Amino acid sequence: MSTALNHDNPNTMKQKAIANRFIVLGFACLLLSISFGLIASFKYLIPNFPDDILSFQHTRPLHVFLAVSWIFAAVTGIIYRYIPDISGRPLYSVPLAKTHFSLQLATIVIAVSGFFTGHFSGREYLEFPPWITVIIILYWIMFVTNFVLTVKPVLKTAPVYVWMWCTGLLFFLITIVEANLWLLPHFNNNIVRDITVQWKANGSMVGAWNMLIYGSTMFAMQQITGDSKMGYNKISFAFYFLGLTNLMFNWGHHTYVVPAHPAVKQVAYIISMTELAFLANIMLNWRANFSKKPIEAYRLSFLFFRAADIWVLLNLILAIAISIPYINQYTHGTQITVAHAMGATIGINSLLLMGSVTFLFEKQMKSKWNKTILRGLRAIHVSLLFFWISLIGAGVMRAVALYQHYYFAQVSKRMLPFLQLFSMSGIFLAIGIGVVSYMFIKVISSHISI
Amino acid sequence: MKKVATISILLVLYAAYSSWIYTSGTAIAATMTTEAMRGKQLWQRLNCQTCHQLYGLGGYMGPDLTTVITDKGRGAAYARGMMLSGGRQMPNYHLSVQDADMLLAYLSYVNGTQSR
Repeated sequence: MSTALNHDNPNTMKQKAIANRFIVLGFACLLLSISFGLIASFKYLIPNFPDDILSFQHTRPLHVFLAVSWIFAAVTGIIYRYIPDISGRPLYSVPLAKTHFSLQLATIVIAVSGFFTGHFSGREYLEFPPWITVIIILYWIMFVTNFVLTVKPVLKTAPVYVWMWCTGLLFFLITIVEANLWLLPHFNNNIVRDITVQWKANGSMVGAWNMLIYGSTMFAMQQITGDSKMGYNKISFAFYFLGLTNLMFNWGHHTYVVPAHPAVKQVAYIISMTELAFLANIMLNWRANFSKKPIEAYRLSFLFFRAADIWVLLNLILAIAISIPYINQYTHGTQITVAHAMGATIGINSLLLMGSVTFLFEKQMKSKWNKTILRGLRAIHVSLLFFWISLIGAGVMRAVALYQHYYFAQVSKRMLPFLQLFSMSGIFLAIGIGVVSYMFIKVISSHISI
Repeated sequence: MKKVATISILLVLYAAYSSWIYTSGTAIAATMTTEAMRGKQLWQRLNCQTCHQLYGLGGYMGPDLTTVITDKGRGAAYARGMMLSGGRQMPNYHLSVQDADMLLAYLSYVNGTQSR
């Protein structure tokens, strides 16, 4: 990493300001996402919850879309902050980054307004009308251009996190296009192809944002622990390639129930089991990683990353278990899949992003703010555990009841205690995330011009 | 150089696998009728997947509908009734009989693809 950049330079301040805007936008999306998620969960507790503008049909797409928007806005801001430092020169174009921000903000506003007025694509996860994808692709190309032209001098000797960012940037473009192939009759007129390609695109898109987030985490951890070799050693690259293989082919374990060619399942199962290597790596290095001492100035960000490590372990065990076909046939289509998705999105992705944001601002934060954020982190960590367990419990109940051919109303009744726990823990989870998000918005707003 | 070669090999495998998924890997015998296609459009416009799943893809508020037409204890009449009047948790969308027929045609098509 070069340190040639003058941080008091007005241009440097401008590029920091635009990056910070993305991060604030991300936290605003997160606050809205948890609010709509909480309202959506009330439908489980109150079946007669009003079917108006705040009905489950509106709030679930809002919750999901805004959660994904949080991830992309925050990681974009973090990468915009890092790349001038890595390349030792200013961001290629601040106006381009500003245009990117305006388009991304406009996309969020348009999609959210569309959800409120009932304009859906009817596609799982990407429920906004397909024409919005054109704007997304446009601003993503702006991001790629700015990224590549900024880091160009260091590309030949790039550390692994730059490779990860390049991969994430490329595969987001591939998967967002792939997610819209249903617009072609060849895909739309065949439900098996349509569903398979949907899982493929969505699964790999998650892999793409994981690459962006994990790359950012690795960069921060390298600075926090002072381990400058982390980004260049062979093991880091080996796991990067394994991660890339999983990004490309590991989506298949979602499609065991889809009657595609049997080889899809076989490939999926083999690739899923390579996750055991990640698991072994975590287990073998658990003590060493946890005994690592951070530089004192980055203690809080280190705690976020360590908290995420616990969720990586829990979710990896769950992911491997539900990738085994015998188990998958009972668990797929139950809340266990939701537990995996929520555990990964909140426990891993969100905590890692919060850790990276803390890394960026920790030196400028007052100690009383640190304490409040730490309380928020504890609230997230504990409530997420109950939230996650309640979803697994509900999933097990659903799987057992469906196996015994119960009617859906009976299945719902059996799941109710777990869904009540899910909603209750969701309230505390929302409070924790709300506190942390509010504090970060306050920190960023008070220290850096946005 | 080794890294670039590894990436290139993976990208070629990914492209080949994707092509196969887009074609013979997901080829099926069942064809979608015009009415079923209209049903699919309605399914998407009403955002039914927010609550219901097809082949495990969708929300969990309501039941999976992949085999609703042939399931014991459910069937087309049950599905039609739910569509036309709603249920305890399902909102009443005030669908017309024609709308319900189109959705049933789509669900029958999906049900028919169940075994390869």
